[in-house]
Formats: sequence, structure tokens, C-alpha cells
Amino acid sequence: MREGRPAAFYALAALFALFVLFLYGPMITIVLLSFQGPEGGLTFPLHGVSTHWFRKLWNDGLPNVDIWSAFARSAWLGLVVMVLTVVLSLLAGLAYRKRFAGSDALFYVVVASLIVPSIVVSLGIGLEFRLVDDAVKKHAPAFLSDGYDTAMGLFSSALGAHLTWTLPFGLLIMFAIFNRFDPRYEEAARDLGATPWQTLWHVVLPIIGPSVVGVGLFGFTLSWDEIARTSQAIGYHNTLPLELQGQTTTVTTPVIYALGTLTTAVSFAVIAVALTAMLTLRRRQARLGSAAGKGLL
Amino acid sequence: MTAKGITERGVPAWAQALPLAGVFALFFVVPLVLTVMVSLWNYNAYEIVPDITARNYWEAFEGCANRLLSATPELCTTLKTYLTTLRICLTVWLITLALGFTIAYFLAFHVRSLTVQIVLFLICTIPFWTSNVIRMISWIPLLGRNGLVNQALVTTGLAGEPVEWLLFSDFAVIVAFVHLYTLFMIVPIFNSMMRIDRALLEAAYDAGASGWQTLSNVVIPLAKPGIVIGSIFVLTIVMGDFVTVGVMGGQQIASVGKMINTQMGNLQFPPAAAHAVVLLASVLVLIWGLTRLVDIRKEL
Repeated sequence: MREGRPAAFYALAALFALFVLFLYGPMITIVLLSFQGPEGGLTFPLHGVSTHWFRKLWNDGLPNVDIWSAFARSAWLGLVVMVLTVVLSLLAGLAYRKRFAGSDALFYVVVASLIVPSIVVSLGIGLEFRLVDDAVKKHAPAFLSDGYDTAMGLFSSALGAHLTWTLPFGLLIMFAIFNRFDPRYEEAARDLGATPWQTLWHVVLPIIGPSVVGVGLFGFTLSWDEIARTSQAIGYHNTLPLELQGQTTTVTTPVIYALGTLTTAVSFAVIAVALTAMLTLRRRQARLGSAAGKGLL
Repeated sequence: MTAKGITERGVPAWAQALPLAGVFALFFVVPLVLTVMVSLWNYNAYEIVPDITARNYWEAFEGCANRLLSATPELCTTLKTYLTTLRICLTVWLITLALGFTIAYFLAFHVRSLTVQIVLFLICTIPFWTSNVIRMISWIPLLGRNGLVNQALVTTGLAGEPVEWLLFSDFAVIVAFVHLYTLFMIVPIFNSMMRIDRALLEAAYDAGASGWQTLSNVVIPLAKPGIVIGSIFVLTIVMGDFVTVGVMGGQQIASVGKMINTQMGNLQFPPAAAHAVVLLASVLVLIWGLTRLVDIRKEL
């Protein structure tokens, strides 16, 4: 390329800096405001520095909402969604390296799931479960319908709703991973007599491991703050973001910022764990992988 | 050995894809079919009744034609809601496209080291992994009546008194959308740009093209697949949204998604399903229009 920076570079760099400020500025604001003293309000200026609002959140929660149950529900759901997203995407990713009947149709369905508005998907799942509920109440034998209320819930309808959102990301990432994967490693393993399971466990997974962690990161974080797809498919007990959404106009103290800081901290912790795991796995690869073949050359 | 060797040993491919296919059948395909079906059902105060009727579609747009064609033409509520949604959607699309393209262009062509590129790209991506609602709430201390922006406006004398339309308004909704979803433009456009052969830019330069000519004749055409994919993301998310419009609009602005959400809350399932079908159709028309601009399959 040509020598020196063109003038456009400085203009674009300035725009980029502004964009980053636009991205992070508001987040930093509420973190600052959540550490105010007891007489702090929803806006600047800051009134002292303390952990008052975090203590208040810990002791009292939010008015009218059992925030800690919602917190636990979201965390559990996020973990289950993460595990299922990793396992199902990995399996399907392996399947797509070969041919199978209906692979094109399945691919279009997965992409469509990413594109169809979330409210439509959510409404559909809600309707599906209501129709099932009605059918069970009307037609099922007494031992089933007695005391039956609804099949909707955190680990049925809400879990399904979350998976329709996380799996497309997972599968697309898997495609990217396997596009770069060198199949000769597998062939070498097979030639040495490894079974398919041994090949997967000792060869494929250690190589793609860091990227699979990335799929898990998407699985948890997308589930952790999902609202639109969950909204009509949740049943009685809301997840944390759904509760938060309802509280935005009713809570008028910095306690809502404290909760915001806390959930953002959870997100950042998850991102940090994922990135650390990726780096550790990469380093392990470099350490264990580098010796192979050296003696031959 | 060929790929065939893999198929002969181990688990067959269809069995590996089955769990994923099952999830999408149960939680995506069947629900969509049921939505179309229920949109044709009848209902009364107590229950929904299997039927084939156009009632829900008819009632959704009831009186719209009369009012439009009357002596003093006006829009009915439903049409107004659809138009508001479409207006917000197009505004957000234009802003995120311009901003996302510029950011991606900077990252792809002006940042020269791969490490710096990855780090800057990660900086753009990290907020995507944090909570959307929190990111919306975090605008309150900035845009509120006594927020930072108003404090700045009043102290500098740009405004005599605090400006009211910053929060809980169309403006706030659009700011939040741009804040949340510009990333959906940056990622695919950046991806397309990274595939552009740098020799083409050199060739354009050597042939005497100005920076703008290179941009419009080389970069933009080659970045089109990314532009279209990003646009599809942003348009479909904004068209169906009810959370951002609700929170940032102070629950005062109507959108199609909010209308559906409200009807579901009132247990009016068939009308909600009818609106969902109309919404889905509108989104598909938008996507169809976009893919007319560029043949994605040819470009890939």
C-alpha cells in the first residue's frame, strides 16, 4: 500500500472513536450512577460514593418482583441453552460435512429462524402450547388431565424459543469452523486405526475446541438477555430480562442501575471466561501440537 | 480415503442432524403453521373456535378503506401503526447502513495490522453479548429531562430549558436501535470487505481512479452481499420489535410488534395471529425487494 496515512484515515479514526464512545458511554454512565451514595438519584450529578444500592438490591430486591428467583431462572436456562447449543450445533456441523437427505431444506429453515421476527416465533410457540394444553384438558384421560395446568414453562416452551435463536448462530459458526478444518488430520487418525469416536475426541475436538467455546459464549449470552422470543412462551415465571423490561418505568431509584451493573458484570464475566478458555486451549494446542512432526523434518 | 469413508463408519449424518432438526420442527416450523391456521380461526369471549374465516384479517383493517376514500381522507389506527413501524424501520436502516459501512470500511481498509483489526472488532462486538434492556435503560441518565445532554444544552445556552423529546420519543427509539443493532451491519459488511482482493484497489488507483470512484465502483459492488445480509438483519429485527419501542418510547408509541404483544396479553389469539401473518408477509416483501437488488447466491 501507499506510504503515509491519507487524511481520510484521521476522519474515519475519529468517527470510530466516537462510535466506541457511543457504544460504551451509556454503559459506563449507569455503572458510575449505581455506586452512588444513599441520596443519589437517576441522573447526574453524583451524590457520594457507596455500595448502598447494591446492598439494597441484595436485601430488598426490586419492589413487587422476586428478582433473585428470576436471576436464578435466567442463569439456569442460560446454562442449559449453552450446553444444548454447543452439542446440537456440533453434531449438526459434523453432519453437514457429509451429505444427507433434506440438508438444504434444514439449512433454509435454520436461516429462516434467524430472519422471521421474534414476536412471530414467540406467538407461534405460545399458540402451540395453548392448543396442547386445551387438548390435554379436554381429551386426555383423567390421570393426565387432573390437576394439569399448562405444559408451558422455563424448560419447555422458553427453552425451545431460546434454541430457535441460539442454534442458527451456533450452526453458522460451526460452518465457519469446519470450512477451515483440515480433514487430513482425521484421515491420519483413521489410518492409525482410530475409531470414529476416538477421532472425534482425540483429534477433531482438541483442534476446534477454542471455536466451540465461542459457540457456547453465544449460547449463554443470547439466552441471558433474550426477551422477544421468550415473551409469549414463558408461562408463569418470568426470566430476568422480562422482569427488568417491566421495571424500567416503575423503579425510580438507582437500584435499577445496580441491577444493570450486576447483569452486565455477569455478561462480562462470561465473556472473560470464554476468551480465557479460548486462549488457554490455543496455548495448549501450541504446546502439545508443536512437537509433532518436528523430528521428521 | 474420501469423505465417503466417514459415512460408512460411525454415526450416519442424518442422525447427527436429527436433534437440531427436531428442535426447529417443534419450535419453529409447527408454530408458524399453527399461527397461519389460528389466524383463520374464529373466537368468542371464552375460547378460540376452529374455523376458516377471514374475520381476523377483515377486522384488523376494518374501516381503513372507507376512511381513506372519504371526503376527508385519513389513516385508520392499524395502517398508522404499520406506517409508523415502517418509518422507524427505514430511518434505522439508513443510519445503521451508513454508520456500519463506514466503520467496517475503516476496520477493513485503514487498519493495517491484523491484531489491531481483531482487537477493534472485538471492542465493537462485546456490547452485543450484554443485556439489551440494560443498554436501553442506560440511556435514561443521558437523555432524561435532567440528563447529561439536557444539562449540557442548558449550561451552554443552546436551549433555554430542558428539551422534552430526547427520551420516551421517536428520537430515543431510533438512538437505541442504532446503538443496539449497528453491529449487525458491521459484521457482514466487514466480512465481505475482508474478502476483497487488495490488488483490485491498487489497480483502481493505478488506473487513475479517485478515492470516491474506487469506493463506488469497486468497494461497494463487492461489499454488496454483506450490505444485503446486514440490511435483512436490521429490517427484520426492527419491523418485529416491541421491546425497544416500548421501553424507549415510554410505552406511548405503537408498533406492529407491540400491537401483537398487547393482543396476546388480552388472550385475543386469532387477531394476534392474523397480525403476525401480515407482519411476516411485510418482512418477506422487504427481503424480496433487497434480494432483487443483488443476487445473493451469485455473489457468494
